[in-house]
Amino acid sequence: MRERDVPQEGNATLAGNRKAVYAVAEDGRLRIVASRGWEAEEIVTRQAVEDLERRAQAARARVLAGQASPLEYHMYKARMDLPLLSQTTGLWRWRVRRHFRPGVFARLPLSLRRRYSEALGVPLEQLDKVE
Amino acid sequence: MAALVRHQGLPMSEAMAFGLAAAISFAYLPFIRINGLPLIAYRMPPRAIIKGLHRGLELGMRFEKFRSPERGMARLDALLDAGELVGLQTSVFWLPYFPPDLRFHFNAHNLLVYGREGDEYLVSDPVAEIPVRCPRKDLEKARFAKGLLAPKGLLYYATRTPRIPDWARLGKRAIARAARVMLHTPLPLIGVRGIELLARQVERLPLARGGESGGDWARLYVGNIVRMQEEIGTGGGGFRFLYASFLQELAAATGYGALDRLASRLVEIGDRWREFALAAARMIRGREPLAPPALAARLRALAAEERQFFRDLDAAQRAWAC
Repeated sequence: MRERDVPQEGNATLAGNRKAVYAVAEDGRLRIVASRGWEAEEIVTRQAVEDLERRAQAARARVLAGQASPLEYHMYKARMDLPLLSQTTGLWRWRVRRHFRPGVFARLPLSLRRRYSEALGVPLEQLDKVE
Repeated sequence: MAALVRHQGLPMSEAMAFGLAAAISFAYLPFIRINGLPLIAYRMPPRAIIKGLHRGLELGMRFEKFRSPERGMARLDALLDAGELVGLQTSVFWLPYFPPDLRFHFNAHNLLVYGREGDEYLVSDPVAEIPVRCPRKDLEKARFAKGLLAPKGLLYYATRTPRIPDWARLGKRAIARAARVMLHTPLPLIGVRGIELLARQVERLPLARGGESGGDWARLYVGNIVRMQEEIGTGGGGFRFLYASFLQELAAATGYGALDRLASRLVEIGDRWREFALAAARMIRGREPLAPPALAARLRALAAEERQFFRDLDAAQRAWAC
């Protein structure tokens, strides 16, 4: 990559940060050049974020339809999936999956709610709501 | 990492540190899945990089892991109060200064802490151009995040002042190591063969899977490759530019001109990687029809180019009398 070819396309996912890129200067030496972002990078980052948001919205719809507990929504909202939530809380996967059932979740003891709240970074009083 | 060496009194650029640690690599790890997508790495794992550098320079690197977050944070405080520069492995998700769109549950991030003021830590992070601050609670959460590649509070620091090294001898050895990993790792997942294996996987990507159609899964898979290549780490082109910069620096420090020509070739390979990323991104956005075989062909060409490159690099290293 030549220095003048370093993309400065303003990648929104960097939130104003600039990124160091190594590029060839006129004298043939590689130098660090600050890049404001590259479109290709923005596309793939947005894609990953949007995929997670889509999952959260699908879970939200299921919660509102009474088919899932808010826990599933908060899990996707925290960009996690079942294996990760299970590891973070130290609970078996089947237990976590069971807590995705609205009836089971509604009767969850405080100690387990605390564990989820801590793992997901969601305040306790927010845990049974979907905004 | 280079900052850790500089802190011990030896001037060193990031590229030099990367190269001397023989950090360039390729790995396709289908059994490590993040949100269902395989891990693809363009360099060695952080710990291997640090160890590789430590071995060459005799830094007296110490690593510590902790069971309990309290003890881990107390130890960090003690080291900082003693004036040490401390490296940490963390998750990126819990770091508040990270751009929200880049916050995923990725646990193998590395940053440096150089001090603290009250409840805030002073952090030098490759993501931010300037030093940032991080509250204690968030840093604790990031250090003790669970899941794959869990950091378990890993911290590291140097205990010795390195000698001024013999650049030629060290560089020759580091190049030999890098070429060996790229060409001769007995696992088909690592090095040039890893790229070929990934090409085969990409070729076979289904355009419809489960209930989905229209290649959503294939798009996510390809997007993941590009993210691992460009989003993670420094310099773009899957660290190829960074390594090329190391070869140039080494050539300048030792007067071994063959490395300069090899650096230019590696820059071109890095450009090919960027072209692959751009082609993939265009397919993801639907500007061009999704064509996994075309991407696979690009990956195969890259594998062939890298194989030839590392062979020539290895030959240059052997011919280097020092």
